[in-house]
Amino acid sequence: MNPDDLELSRRGLLAVATATASTLSLSETAMAQGSAPAAAQVAPTLSKVSFRVNGAVREMEVDTRTTLLDALREHLQLTGSKKGCDHGQCGACTVMVDGRRVYSCLTLAVMHEGDAVTTIEGLGTPENLHAMQAAFVKHDGYQCGYCTPGQICASVAVLQEIRAGVPSHVTANLNETPQVTADEIRERMSGNICRCGAYSNIVEAITEVAGRQA
Amino acid sequence: MKPFTYERAASPAEAAAAVSRRPGAKFIAGGTNLLDLMKLQIEAPGHLIDVNGLGLDTIEETPEGGLRIGALVRNTDLAADRRVRRDYGVLSRAISAGASGQIRNKATTAGNLLQRTRCPYFYDTNMACNKRRPGSGCAAIGGYTRQLAVIGTSEACIATHPSDMAVGMRVLDAVVETVKPDATTRRIPMAEFHRLPGETPERETALEAGELITAVTLPKPVGGAQIYRKVRDRASYAFALVSVAAVIQRDGTGAVALGGVAHKPWRVEAAETEMPRGAKAVTERLLDGARPTHENAFKVRLAERTLASAMAEARG
Repeated sequence: MNPDDLELSRRGLLAVATATASTLSLSETAMAQGSAPAAAQVAPTLSKVSFRVNGAVREMEVDTRTTLLDALREHLQLTGSKKGCDHGQCGACTVMVDGRRVYSCLTLAVMHEGDAVTTIEGLGTPENLHAMQAAFVKHDGYQCGYCTPGQICASVAVLQEIRAGVPSHVTANLNETPQVTADEIRERMSGNICRCGAYSNIVEAITEVAGRQA
Repeated sequence: MKPFTYERAASPAEAAAAVSRRPGAKFIAGGTNLLDLMKLQIEAPGHLIDVNGLGLDTIEETPEGGLRIGALVRNTDLAADRRVRRDYGVLSRAISAGASGQIRNKATTAGNLLQRTRCPYFYDTNMACNKRRPGSGCAAIGGYTRQLAVIGTSEACIATHPSDMAVGMRVLDAVVETVKPDATTRRIPMAEFHRLPGETPERETALEAGELITAVTLPKPVGGAQIYRKVRDRASYAFALVSVAAVIQRDGTGAVALGGVAHKPWRVEAAETEMPRGAKAVTERLLDGARPTHENAFKVRLAERTLASAMAEARG
């Protein structure tokens, strides 16, 4: 942040505050105390966006502030993806976008025009489980289940990343294809927290699916 | 989050001009740091300019024999690039040591350089912080400082730069390429890209208003043992207490940069003449002038020992 911007922002805020004093909301107090480059007070902005979710094109009009997670849960009623911390620290919101795992809480819905999103609902169904879902059931890879959709989406993507040769912090030789080991799985799954501590069973589930794929 | 308007930029120069036209506007790429800060209202841009459509997502070889990394290359792709793994191992290692797989899939090369500090007093909006609110003071000084900087600090700020990637780029003498709102371009060596806090800790980089990073270039490979050693409170998905990026040649010469100790990746080229004499000699010069607190004084010895460990690994 450049101090010049800050000055301009403050001036901008003052100008708008003067012009629209009668329409300012209560949040103005918070804004005045906040530190950040206070933007001119603006009303929520709606924006249309269209992306594919689990194979189907979904169009919606959202407040620009809507995260991909909230679009999935609140607009599309796909509540499999969970909101844990909402700050990219716990992994409960993990989904795949164009085949890569991301935290859906740390990305805006409007930034995904034309993308292909896969959630836990798109991996399998109760009647036709994805191999990773079946392995989590078999190995008891959960207790309360809240982190499980994110764990499973991350697990599926982790095996793809290993196959694609993406190195990890524990990969011994950067110039060789990484192997599916317990150490690799633990390191690569570190962005998904399980409060119940089902980690060792999760590693077993992933290991079994990796073996089946090999 | 405060309301904001949103647009997608069509070209790098247009993006730069668009940000400079709108007070409080910001670029957004991966968004993994900016959106987190917007939710906490530490950042409150009134307008976001999405730069994800600008291309800038390839890694190309330069005529000098190095690599030109587009600003939008994702951290995962940079760490996994065959040429980076082969010739710039310290960079691949540094990136893989940072964040989580989900973050690295989104986070970009430019965004990683521009991430804000994780100082807890910067994050707590009830606390004084000269970065968040210039002139409000620094609640970290005299507070909980175990994670914070030991060198290059000021009376206004003792925050660290949290990036691992940037430490790897610093030891490799990377150069940041930018475009300004008037469409002119410039090259900023990594040594000059991040600033020390001084009296204006809210100014973290050499970038001017609206200036957009377009690429980071690496000089031609220097070989050697390339090691990134990161020490943290848990084995994965945690910021560094201390990290060491080292390029060590067979004759014992080399280069070293530290993470977790300063407001920028910390490197003192003059200290590297001590490399053949060992970690203690290097660290004495590298951290000469350090002003740690009683809570983070351990970082000075930890840096020496981590470098010693990297040097031992290089000897094989």
